[in-house]
Amino acid sequence: MDITVNGEKRRFEGPITVAGLLAALALQPRKIAVERNLEIVPKSLFDETALSDGDKIEIVQFVGGG
Amino acid sequence: MTDVLEVAGRKLNSRLIIGTGKYETYEENAKAAEAAGAEMVTVAVRRVNLTDKDKPLLVDYLDPEKYIYLPNTAGCFTAEDAIRTLRLAREAGGWELVKLEVLSDQKTLYPDMEETLRAAKLLIKEGFDVMVYCSDDPVYARKLEDAGCCAIMPLGSLIGSGLGIMNPVNIRLIVEQSSVPVIVDAGVGTASDAAVAMELGCDGVLMNTAIAEAKDPILMASAMKHAVIAGREAYLAGRMPKKRYADPSSPLAGLI
Repeated sequence: MDITVNGEKRRFEGPITVAGLLAALALQPRKIAVERNLEIVPKSLFDETALSDGDKIEIVQFVGGG
Repeated sequence: MTDVLEVAGRKLNSRLIIGTGKYETYEENAKAAEAAGAEMVTVAVRRVNLTDKDKPLLVDYLDPEKYIYLPNTAGCFTAEDAIRTLRLAREAGGWELVKLEVLSDQKTLYPDMEETLRAAKLLIKEGFDVMVYCSDDPVYARKLEDAGCCAIMPLGSLIGSGLGIMNPVNIRLIVEQSSVPVIVDAGVGTASDAAVAMELGCDGVLMNTAIAEAKDPILMASAMKHAVIAGREAYLAGRMPKKRYADPSSPLAGLI
């Protein structure tokens, strides 16, 4: 299925959860936040939140800023 | 004497809050934070880089256990964008204290006060502790305080301009009317600007570019630390009245 992650379209062999997505992207779930179709996915639900074809995912972190 | 800055229940010994943008490296940023004696730093919320995962991470240089992270909404031009950003920040960090800024245009980055006030009300309803970047308009400053903001942060001058405190009269009006901390945010260019803000009775100063774009950011961070302390002490000491004519410091009696 196709999932848009941070504006980039990516193809994954489904089914995949948020935790699975982070693992596939080799991202540590440390001080990051995930938004799925404009809704926040709490860290506690990463393992059980299954993604669907066409989902728009944003993964953000803290960076330097004023 | 204990003279601490208290914002939303957090007690800070340092009245200097620094940004973490525009530094050459996070390493330089960390050294500047150390030299500034800062206890709170502003941070931005941005997309994780999916292609270059070896890029250095802010959290590896500025430990969130050591510094209070104040997530901002830089780059947000509507209340909705700001709220979305801060909800993500709350989820990423796990705390409610945030810096709200809703900007009007790219050229001036002047705060859009109508949107800022609207966003502040919505965020406070959601349980956020909102430190708010605002214009130096005392009327809006009061409205933001009435809405429940935990710190009022008027600009000294435009973000990144280094023009100093352009309207000290308004800053003083805001200080006098506010019962929450007033922190000058933006516009400080050099140490004397920070001292001026503190001498006006502000509770703190927030700056980024003045340190990050100095030729020697670490030395400037140290200068700012001293300027904020000097300005604060001068304010608490109470300055002498200004006079129009000279008043000799040496006694006139016993002149030869």
